[in-house]
Parts: sequence; structure tokens; C-alpha cells
Amino acid sequence: MTPDVRPLDYAAMAKEAGLTAFVVLMLAVVLVGLELRDVPGALALYTRVPDVVAACVIAFIGRIAVILLREGYRDAVMIGGGIASVILLIGLLPEVLFGTQTAVKIANRLMPFEAPVVRWCVFAAALILAARAAIGRRRLRVQDVNARVAAADRAGARMQHIARYAGPALGFAAVALPIVYGHDQQAMSVAILVMTYIMLGWGLNIVVGLAGLLDLGYVAFYAVGAYTFALLATTEGIEWSFWLCLPMAGALAGLVGVLLGFPVLRLRGDYLAIVTLGFGEIIRVVIQNWASFTKGPNGITGIPRPTLFGLSWEEEAPEGQTAFWQWFSNNLWPVEYSAAHEKIFLFYIILFLALIVNWFALRARKMPIGRAWEALREDEIACRSLGINPTNTKLTAFGCGAMFGGFAGAFFATSQGFVSPESFVFIESAIILAIVVLGGFGSQLGVVLAALLLIGLPEVFREVKDFRMLAFGLAMVAIMLWRPAGLLAHREPTVRLKTARAGAKP
Amino acid sequence: MNRPLLEVEHLTIRFGGLVAVNDVSFTAQDRRITAVIGPNGAGKTTVFNCLTGFYKPTIGRMRLMHAATGREFLLERMEGFRIAAEARVARTFQNIRLFPKMTVLENLIVAQHNRLMRASGYTVLGLFGYQGYRRAEAAAIDRARYWLDRTGLTPRADDAAESLPYGGQRRLEIARAMCTEPVLLCLDEPAAGLNPRESDELNALLRYIRDEHRIGVLLIEHDMSVVMQISDHIVVLDYGRKIADGAPAAIRADPAVIRAYLGEPEEAA
Repeated sequence: MTPDVRPLDYAAMAKEAGLTAFVVLMLAVVLVGLELRDVPGALALYTRVPDVVAACVIAFIGRIAVILLREGYRDAVMIGGGIASVILLIGLLPEVLFGTQTAVKIANRLMPFEAPVVRWCVFAAALILAARAAIGRRRLRVQDVNARVAAADRAGARMQHIARYAGPALGFAAVALPIVYGHDQQAMSVAILVMTYIMLGWGLNIVVGLAGLLDLGYVAFYAVGAYTFALLATTEGIEWSFWLCLPMAGALAGLVGVLLGFPVLRLRGDYLAIVTLGFGEIIRVVIQNWASFTKGPNGITGIPRPTLFGLSWEEEAPEGQTAFWQWFSNNLWPVEYSAAHEKIFLFYIILFLALIVNWFALRARKMPIGRAWEALREDEIACRSLGINPTNTKLTAFGCGAMFGGFAGAFFATSQGFVSPESFVFIESAIILAIVVLGGFGSQLGVVLAALLLIGLPEVFREVKDFRMLAFGLAMVAIMLWRPAGLLAHREPTVRLKTARAGAKP
Repeated sequence: MNRPLLEVEHLTIRFGGLVAVNDVSFTAQDRRITAVIGPNGAGKTTVFNCLTGFYKPTIGRMRLMHAATGREFLLERMEGFRIAAEARVARTFQNIRLFPKMTVLENLIVAQHNRLMRASGYTVLGLFGYQGYRRAEAAAIDRARYWLDRTGLTPRADDAAESLPYGGQRRLEIARAMCTEPVLLCLDEPAAGLNPRESDELNALLRYIRDEHRIGVLLIEHDMSVVMQISDHIVVLDYGRKIADGAPAAIRADPAVIRAYLGEPEEAA
């Protein structure tokens, strides 16, 4: 036994675990237990008693395991958690491997949840508890926020160290992704979606992470970019190509950013957040109601896809164009037409655009403008006393962020082929901001991780339908508890005296 | 006789019905340390905030002369950041205002923003690795290193500014102000919270700045040991009015100053 084992107070233990189970009960009854279903002619109340009971029992047992771990009974938790995970694994694996009726029935008997992904979460929890008990030299202890921030900073510093390799490695992984998953259109769609959010996250990171301007209306610039391209490409008589419209979409979004920024950027902190929130909604409402120009809530359809040097991705190329697969077959080696080619192409476009934003953000940080952004975030009054023009500096940050949002918007329009005001609601801004905040303000790699987590996770949880946003919420709560400053919160200096000394002239 | 570096004439600042500064005139010379003293609430910091553009005066004129070029600036007509960028008036703050999360060196580089901004072609050239910007950045680091050596902060150059001890933060703020290459340096209570040894070091630093860099220093200070030792000229404010103006010895003997601020002679000694 471990030396520092405390005697157990069973009553207190039961009380604590019971309280946890009660909270779970209250949440589960409302969220899971009751559901109104539309049966022909009426609404029927549908109940899921086994799910609720199972959730409470699991919460009770889990809490007791956490208490035991806290009080030093590592062996007991390790053995109990291990046994539980083995049983769950044996019970759940056949369903995945064979998918037979009996296997599904066994899994259901073991865990009466509808979606397999929830069962696997329980398994993961048991495994994590067992693993923590096995490797944890120390007791689980309650750290205060400062200690956690410091620990997160150390972890972030380590990550920065490996970021030198992890960054290019992730880049190569992204480049190689279509080679492995290119045939799977579903997977490529998710990859494109995640990549779009990574780009938006990197763009917003310039505004929020570097310059410290809390922008809750970022989706407005995304919308401006998307509609710029959609209108230019579909209006009769203009019909410009994607590659011609892309810079224009960025420029126009940047211009809108600067125009909005002028009156707004005098405000600070929460006030700025509220006004940008308002602007985000105003842009959406204008798009929705200016029907003669934007086609209103119906949206714009038939937005053309991008071409590769004039090569079309369709099976039958429109007049005056060549289809990619025909050209490729004629000039290199024969390929069949596949709709997946276009997805792969789109993925590479968004990857390229995102990497441009990343390159800009990393370079700009080491430029005087980037340092001024960071200084402005730290102390605006001190900046003014050093002769830095705060308005211009903020406007450049706002404009740059808006421009990249515009690029992403143009890409969104072309990849969907359809835009409508519904794509640019406030929750989009909130998700992009959440990616930046959870990633750790100003951390490029953190944005990637957070985007994978926040966009990828709801996709994984798609089978639990309405509850997938719950997974999103749980992830947010978990990160706020364990990493209050973001996943990778660490600021690397933009210049060091030690390295500068070697290079500078005497 | 030379024109003074700074001429403040009939400066009056009202906040609503409150007259914070009332018809104050004084001058500050090149290569001189001018101290502004007075009891709490006398309006010293308000004068500073006016000089550096954070407040606009209700009445009055503040004229700054660049001796080298003969250019003249009317500070009351300039925006805050332009006073620092063009008239080259630098300041420190009573409650230190550093960039806490940035390193000591970065604090000093940010102070050279405008020069670096021009050198980087307003970022556009710099983004693509323009040689001229690299040279300018190396020069900026050299200037920063000079002031790090002067203030004894070189060993801490790559640490976050917030991790410095209090005295170090005070010195860093002065170094940062000097990195803007000012003609007039305004220090708002630089010795507040320093121990006697740090206070002596500060005196030496300020003398060095005055004698080697040949600029004017304007100083708000409560610590009479600092004021009397290093000031060349003292302006005394009380309730927003100037009650005395002169050399340290004369101020020490001035009955109005003793009554308002210094207290009885044996305490002042």
C-alpha cells in the first residue's frame, strides 16, 4: 500500500458521490430522459429511464473512484478501473468489429445508451482513471488557478520547443492527408471544414491574440468576403473567376474592417466586444434584407467552383474549358473522373490560404507592427507616451484580420457553391473566438489543436445528433478547468539579447 | 541668452468647476534637471499629463524648442502620440506602465517603433526580409543594449518585464523613455518606493542623462534627498498655483515653500 493513505470516511464519501449523482440526475432527466416526439396527430412524451439510471450510477462510481484516488488508494482505483475498462472493452469491441445483432445487444445491455460514442467515452474515463492511478506518484490535488497557469505556461514552453518540428510535421501531415483519405469525400469535407476554421482562427488570432482587441463580430468579414465573391461570380456580365475575385474579396473585407474600425476602436475591452457583436449582426441583417442586391434569405446559388489554370473539375466541362480528368488523361496518364478530385483541390486551396495567414502572423510578430500590437494589448497609454499611433496600429490589426476573414469567406462561397445569411450567424463568431481562446491567445499551434477539438469533436459526435453541442460545451468546461489560459499558453519573445549578440555588429 | 527648451505660459487646467492648475508659468532648460515639487494634490501630475498630451489645457501655451534644428512645437495643439514622436517629449508614469508580458529587451525595442516602422517600409518590405530593416533592427538592439548596460538590466534582458523587482521596473521605464531619443524627459516620481541605495543609483543615472545626453529633464519628486541633490532648478506648486521658482538653495530658504510643503526648518534639513 502507499504510505500516505488516509482512513476513509464512508458517510462523507457517500454524500459527495451522491451529490455528484444527483447533479447528473438533474441534468440527465432534462437533457436525455425526456423527449417530445412528433407522432402522427400529436406529440408524445418519450422517456429514457435506463439511460438516466445508468448515467447516475456511472457518475456515482466514477466519483467514488476519484475520491479514492484523492485519498491515496491508488491500487484499488487502478485495479477497479482496469477491470471496468477490460469488461467494457470486451463488451463493446465486438459491436465495432462484427456489428452483429447479438454484439449490439450485449453492448446495449452493458450500457443502455443509444450512441456507441457515449459508451466509448465511459470506457475512456475508466481507462484514464486507472492510468492516472497507475502512473500518479502524487495524490490528486487541487491546484489553484495560478499554479495551473504556471504549469500551462511550462507545458506551452515545451510545446513551443517541439513546435519547431511539430509545425512542419503537421504541415506535411496536412499535405499528405488527401493521399490517404482522398477517396473518402466525407473525410475530406470535414478536413476542409476544420482547415477553414484553422484559417479563421489564425486570422482572428491577429486581432484578439496579438492586438488584444476582443472582436465578437469576426463573421461579418467572413460574410463580406463570401458575398463579394458570390455576387461578382454570379452577376450577369461580370462572372469573374475565383482567382480574380479572391484578392478583391480580401481587399473589400479589409476595407470594411477599416471602415468599421474607425469609429469603434476608441472603445476598449468589453465595450469594443459589444459594438463588434452589433456590427456582426448588422452585416447579417443587411444581407438578409437587401433582397434586391443580395437575394436576401434565399441566398445565392450556382456559385462557380475554382479552376486549376482553366481546367474544370466537372465531368463535362462547360464550353470553352477542358475538364481536368480529360486533360490529365490526354497529357499524363489515364484517370477516371472522380468527384473526389475537386474536394482534394479545394482542400489544397484552403491549406495554402491558411498557411499564408500563418506565415503572415508569424512574420508580423517580429516586425515593429507586431510588437506594437502586443504592446498595445499590454498598455495603450504607455504606447501613446512612446509615440505609437494607437488608432493606426489598431486599424492595421483589425484590417489584416478582416482581410484574412474575407479570403476565407471567398473560399467558403466557392466550396459550398451557395451562400445565405444563415451561414453567418453569431454562433460562428463565437466558435472562431472559442478556438482562439482555447488555443491560448496568440499561439498558432494552439489554434490548430483547438480547431481540431472544437470542429472535429462535434463531427465525431454527430451520431448523438442534438447532443453534439453538449460535447462542445463539455470540452469548453474541461479546458477552462484544466487549462484556464488556453491549451498552449506561452509567449515566446520575438527577439532575444543572447542570440542577437552573436549576430550584431560591434 | 538661449531660448529655453520648454516654456510653459499661463497654464490653466479646469475639470468642470475644479481648477487643478491655475495660471502656472515656468521654463525648463536644456542640460538641466528641473524639479516640480509640491504637496499631494498640488497639480504636478496634471501639468505632466498636459505636457505629454493626455490632457488638453483650458488656457495656456506650452512651447518646446529643438535647439539642434530650431524647430518649435506648440504642445497644446498636438495629439498625444505626436508629442512623443515629433516633439520628442518622453515620460514615465507614477504607477509604472511597462509592457508586463513582453521581455525587457522588447520593451526597449517597442520604444523605437517609429524609426523601425520606417525602416521596414511600413512592414511591407520587412515581411520579405528586407536588408535595411535587419540593419535597423540590429541598430535598435544596440541602442537597447546601451541603455540596458546603463541601467544594469543586461542580465535580465530576456526576462518578462513583470518579473523584474520594483527598482528594476523603474529603471526600465526610464531606459524605455530614453530609447525614444527625447529632447525632454519627464519623470513622474521616479524615486517612489526605492531604497536609499537604489535612490543614489537613480541620481547617478539622471545626472548621466543630463550631462552625457545633454537633454532637459523635468522631474516630479517627493523625495527631498533626490530633489535637492540633483535639481538645477525647482518649481513649487501648491493648490494648482506656482508659489516659488528658483535654485535649490533659494527654495530651501523660501518662507512660502516652508509653510506649504517643507515644514519647519529642522525637519527640512
